[in-house]
Amino acid sequence: MIRVQREDFDPGAEIERLIAGQTGIGGVVSFTGLVRDLTGDLAGMTLEHYPGMTEAKLAEIEAEAGRRWPLSASLIIHRVGPLKPGDRIVLVVAASPHRDAAFEACRFLIDWLKTKAPFWKSEQTATGPRWVDQRASDDAAAARWDPAADDPAENTAGRTEPAPGRTGPAPDRSKPAMGWEKTAARD
Amino acid sequence: MKLLYFAWLRERVGLAEEEPEVPAEIGDVAGLIRWLAGRGDNFARAFADLSVVRVAVNQEYVGLDQEIAPGDEIAFFPPLTGG
Repeated sequence: MIRVQREDFDPGAEIERLIAGQTGIGGVVSFTGLVRDLTGDLAGMTLEHYPGMTEAKLAEIEAEAGRRWPLSASLIIHRVGPLKPGDRIVLVVAASPHRDAAFEACRFLIDWLKTKAPFWKSEQTATGPRWVDQRASDDAAAARWDPAADDPAENTAGRTEPAPGRTGPAPDRSKPAMGWEKTAARD
Repeated sequence: MKLLYFAWLRERVGLAEEEPEVPAEIGDVAGLIRWLAGRGDNFARAFADLSVVRVAVNQEYVGLDQEIAPGDEIAFFPPLTGG
């Protein structure tokens, strides 16, 4: 289940509703992302997104988690619009008969969401608004789960050839392509 | 052809969306960007550094060599920063 909304959410209530009545679930892992103010001068943040594509990409990411792990239930909620420091931004939940699957799928969901769902953060600071830069560490976190090396969403728009040294084996067709896994795979 | 601009591309262009009359000979994303950048300083600034511009055609991420057609929805935006 995926939701994009302006309103806040209650993680506990969301988890309870998600797993209600499913006695085959052995563990539930959730991640709640918050608006962080590391410097003490963040007045707020605005989340912009691409309506329609956002929901489609979140659904793809959730479906991919369901293919990779035996999940009994999963949930992605992402907020948009104006937020304040300390506000909840995102909730991802993975429930499975097995804890390993729940932990891994939860981490996968947030890692892929950060680099593959069309959201943009603008921070309001004392010196004015600024668009948040993409973090290389987010790319690295997402890449851990992704054998496809060349991702048009993450690389420069101009780069359509695989990077040197990444032209290795053919893509693993046992894993469904999600649109951005267009070229060579690596293991 | 419907064009969408997000985040700082929207701000630099000064539009969230438009449906311009794109010359028929423009067949791919790279050609479209060249044509757009020639429409004014706002577009030239928005597309000055393509290393920080991402593109989606009909809501799928694509590269600059992606073919485009009348009726496509083409979105331009910076690298993603959700989560």
